[in-house]
Amino acid sequence: MDQQHDAPHVDAVTGQATTGHEWDGIRELNTPLPRWWLGIFYATIVWSIGYWVVYPAWPLLTGATKGVIGYASRNDITVEMAQLKAQRAARAAGMADATPAQIKADPALFQMAVAQGKAAFGDNCAACHGVGGVGGKGYPNLNDDEWLWGGSLDAIQQTIRHGIRVAGDNDTRVSQMPAFGRDGVLKREEIIAVASHVRELAGLSTEAKADLPLGRKVFADNCAACHGADGKGNQELGAPNLTDAISLYGMDMASLTETISNSRGGVMPAWAGRLDDTTIKALTVYVHSLGGGQ
Amino acid sequence: MTVGEMIGMLIAAACVLPLILIAAMAENSGYAFHAALGAAAAAASVILIGNRCFDGTPAAPPQEIDGRPNYNLGPVKFATVAAMVWGLAGFIVGLIIALQLAFPVLNFDLPWTNFGRLRPLHTSAVIFAFGGNALIGTSFYVVQRTSRARLAGDLSPWFVVLGYNLFIVIAGTGYLLGITQSKEYAEPEWYADLWLTIVWVVYLLVFLGTLMKRKEPHIYVANWFYLGFILTIAVLHIGNNVAVPVSILSPKSYGLWSGVQDAMFQWWYGHNAVGFFLTAGFLAMMYYFVPKRAERPIYSYRLSIIHFWALIFIYIWAGPHHLHYTALPDWAQTLGMTFSIMLWMPSWGGMINGIMTLSGAWDRLRTDPVLRMMVVSLAFYGMSTFEGPLMSIKAVNGLSHYTDWTVGHVHSGALGWVAYISFGAIYCLVPWLWNRKGLYSLKLVSWHFWVSTLGIVFYISAMWVSGILQGLMWRAYTSLGFLEYAFIETVAAMHPFYVIRALGGGLFLLGALIMAFNLWMTVRSKEAADTPEARVLPPGQLATA
Repeated sequence: MDQQHDAPHVDAVTGQATTGHEWDGIRELNTPLPRWWLGIFYATIVWSIGYWVVYPAWPLLTGATKGVIGYASRNDITVEMAQLKAQRAARAAGMADATPAQIKADPALFQMAVAQGKAAFGDNCAACHGVGGVGGKGYPNLNDDEWLWGGSLDAIQQTIRHGIRVAGDNDTRVSQMPAFGRDGVLKREEIIAVASHVRELAGLSTEAKADLPLGRKVFADNCAACHGADGKGNQELGAPNLTDAISLYGMDMASLTETISNSRGGVMPAWAGRLDDTTIKALTVYVHSLGGGQ
Repeated sequence: MTVGEMIGMLIAAACVLPLILIAAMAENSGYAFHAALGAAAAAASVILIGNRCFDGTPAAPPQEIDGRPNYNLGPVKFATVAAMVWGLAGFIVGLIIALQLAFPVLNFDLPWTNFGRLRPLHTSAVIFAFGGNALIGTSFYVVQRTSRARLAGDLSPWFVVLGYNLFIVIAGTGYLLGITQSKEYAEPEWYADLWLTIVWVVYLLVFLGTLMKRKEPHIYVANWFYLGFILTIAVLHIGNNVAVPVSILSPKSYGLWSGVQDAMFQWWYGHNAVGFFLTAGFLAMMYYFVPKRAERPIYSYRLSIIHFWALIFIYIWAGPHHLHYTALPDWAQTLGMTFSIMLWMPSWGGMINGIMTLSGAWDRLRTDPVLRMMVVSLAFYGMSTFEGPLMSIKAVNGLSHYTDWTVGHVHSGALGWVAYISFGAIYCLVPWLWNRKGLYSLKLVSWHFWVSTLGIVFYISAMWVSGILQGLMWRAYTSLGFLEYAFIETVAAMHPFYVIRALGGGLFLLGALIMAFNLWMTVRSKEAADTPEARVLPPGQLATA
């Protein structure tokens, strides 16, 4: 390199010397490290060394340095869980020994059950039944007074504990509406006619061409056994009331013919064993309190 | 025909038939498509190399013409255009997934358009396709200019840019077709990883080869950073992707690591992708384009050398801060956190060196929106490298982790720093590469700057609010000792912020569209620079002289 290229050079603007190197017209000033920068850098190093002394930090051949205060994140969680348990303890003891009916009757326990039930509902039930139990297509709304399997405290608890159509649970809720179309029990026009009649039962409009007399006959022969001659349903069999505006899968003709042709049959998990007894009782009381408890 | 051309042609030709066979025999249609794509690429290579040999160009281009380096700018141009095109694609997909989070119906219930597949498409498109092409393009440019030497190799630089973009196409189409190994930022499967390894090693060799034949006595700081980036990414990529394929006919593979070791490898990789790809690589870009554009010397050589080594040494340890309060042993979490804290000043060294380089040229910020963009990128860099160590502190992390705060933090770095410094570099490069007098319109650069800055502010402030709100809602307990909110309630609470975020992303995309138009008009303009090699300065003269 020629002499001029590597000669130290003083930058006119800053008065600072350059390193004398140059690349594609770029030079470098020889400015010292900013002191505040260096100071903070050293401070973070000192702080880190201090932290290593206090907390578990460096791996050794077997295990790692433990730190002088004996910190372990596992201990933290144990302590926090214990604090939570203590916070709940006073009322939780009462909950453990009480039946849902007793809980409902005691204002302090009831308040506890609703708080615990709401939290448990959000974690376990809201995915299907929606926030606050508003439900959705195929998932019952728990805020109204229409119950498929009964809305008493005992019925609700039974449903939560054993679920609906749970394979292998002997106490689960079981029923199965036939698939009238798929299994060839009813002909196409009979299905359309009985669907129209179901709309008639619910007080909804029917098409002028609908064969309502046929629908009534088909209903009496095939549906009344479970849903009742008046269509008001039967909670023993989980057969919905068809005479009100509430429905699980829709009351339009397309949804009704689908239901009658291919049947439905939603499944809810059994929560006994997954949730402890107190939580299930709290959920029972919470769901019962949502608006439609009987 | 040179020996290199001969070998390249033979290897490519030998690949065609096996790849066609794999395409025919593979059961997974996405994998078959990729094998066919590979076969087509190999066949195209044979034809392209063959054409080169027969169209009468000299076998090996001269290293110098009239005593001046004969720079190889073709691959740089290709990578620059690719960066802009992929950038737009990545920003569009980003906007789509932002809208999907605000309005889930936009998933359209189709496998190819759901959030789970589009999200890696977005991250890979912006990090690896946009950022990667910007890095490869600028590194090939900068290493030549600051070494006063033509790129090493003749076919190799083209192999690097074309091969890298083939990897991008395989990765991106793979995500859409459902091929993924489900490691964040390392989603491509084993065959794409192998291909990238080959491309990357050639990239390293081209870069090293160019440095070795440099005509300058010293290696410029930008090249240290580029080299650190290339070398470390090779190590990280291989370390995190060691896997055993189920069969050569299947895209599926099983990783060598499992459980918490796998998590640790993943975040050692993931965090250093941030450290060495998104930080070291773009600092290299900054170290060339900021002094060049400002026409000022680098503020401090000493700072550059200290912060370079400190950054390289400390960054590699910081990964465990992604695994606070998990099954990762406490000691590893401690090291991850403390090294993140110590990383604060080494990171800021780059910001100081960049911003202070403007001493004596501050007035240029008023008149030069390109320089303004690069300086603001350094400010965002400084902000996110302060926020990062802050979020690595366990107590803060307990609130911020898994929330939108992290998303906002990443985007202040990605939009504010990575994209802005790249935009600045590309605004500089395009007139130089295409030999134009200047940009088509500085006013449009100004518009780009303001529109996208507004977008970034919307984006990151929405994510701060939503992230902290989310974190607080998750940990809220009632006085009776039960969680106050169901998870779905926290999701519902995010909605307005998701809408604002999408608006910010939309503005950022709009800015990039303005840029693409401006660059297109620049290349189309007929105003050539005064002297074809206006940028080659006689030794010993500053650009201002």
